[in-house]
Amino acid sequence: MIKKLFAAVLLVFMTVMLYQLYSNITEKSELSGVSRGYAERGASELGTQNIVTSIVVTYRGLDTLGEVSVLFIAATGVAVLLRRRKEDEPAVTAAKRQSSEILQTGTRLLTPIIIMFGVYIFINGHLSPGGGFQGGAVIASAVLLLFLSDINYKINHGLFNVIESFSGVFYVLIGILGLLLFGVNNFLDNRILPLGEFGTILSAGAIPVIYSLVGLKVGTELASIIDNMKKD
Amino acid sequence: MNIIHVIGFILMLIGFWGMLTQKNMIKIVLALAIVETGLQLVMVAFGFIKGRTAPILDSAELVNNPASMIVDPVPQALVLTAIVIGVAVNALMLTFVIRLYQKKKTLSITEYKDLKW
Repeated sequence: MIKKLFAAVLLVFMTVMLYQLYSNITEKSELSGVSRGYAERGASELGTQNIVTSIVVTYRGLDTLGEVSVLFIAATGVAVLLRRRKEDEPAVTAAKRQSSEILQTGTRLLTPIIIMFGVYIFINGHLSPGGGFQGGAVIASAVLLLFLSDINYKINHGLFNVIESFSGVFYVLIGILGLLLFGVNNFLDNRILPLGEFGTILSAGAIPVIYSLVGLKVGTELASIIDNMKKD
Repeated sequence: MNIIHVIGFILMLIGFWGMLTQKNMIKIVLALAIVETGLQLVMVAFGFIKGRTAPILDSAELVNNPASMIVDPVPQALVLTAIVIGVAVNALMLTFVIRLYQKKKTLSITEYKDLKW
């Protein structure tokens, strides 16, 4: 009872706080400061059609590297916490039921298309809404579908580890290449490759490469999180 | 001021209510996910400017004069980061829940008193 009351009081405080915040919101009519700079310079300087991508991958590329690291640490934490221990009693294995015919056939039909769609999303990250993280999540969803349809499905851990490690290493190497070619302020500069023609797939310098690496890394990481959680 | 801010704040309040009152640990994790969603909605709505379009420069007039035609791209980039971090945090929290359940065979948070004062 007293806990419920405490929660209610806390919520009232929270409501008042958020209301204060809400009543102070003024409607924007102009881009200001750094946003204006990114909007005006993004297309001509980096050759990206999608301004959000130019911010995420290049202007704030270091943050994205940190974000990938956080995801990597979380995936490692999941794997460490859920690994088989000796003292764990063997899990009660009820007989697993095969998934239905519809799901199996549908999976066989859809998995290649889903993976292709994921690749499409991260390759077109500099042209359209999308990018490495979204594409990687789509690829991981294809792996989830495989797990759902086949009870005995196992992912190839060796291959996944190799893909994940290599994409991470190449991502950092591309960043360092920017340092070597253009000087200390240009970590993760995308202009190490020619900018190409604005609005085509092979444009925006290294951004499609970086986003492909991020997509592969995120896809394999999320797939291995799913794999760890699936183990009973 | 628009309706999206209100919806975002309401989602945040629902999430906080869930975290404070629920006993099931999985529901607490879900409540945190709802707070995240609300916060992300509010953040994206902060960058909205009426009558403007998405920050994707796919026509000539957009390329020539982007700063007066697109919405603010910075909150969108921030939210992109926030979503990924949110997924990572949720996965880690659910893992803790799985481990705790394996130890004590219960999901109720009231059964875990080891660090309670």
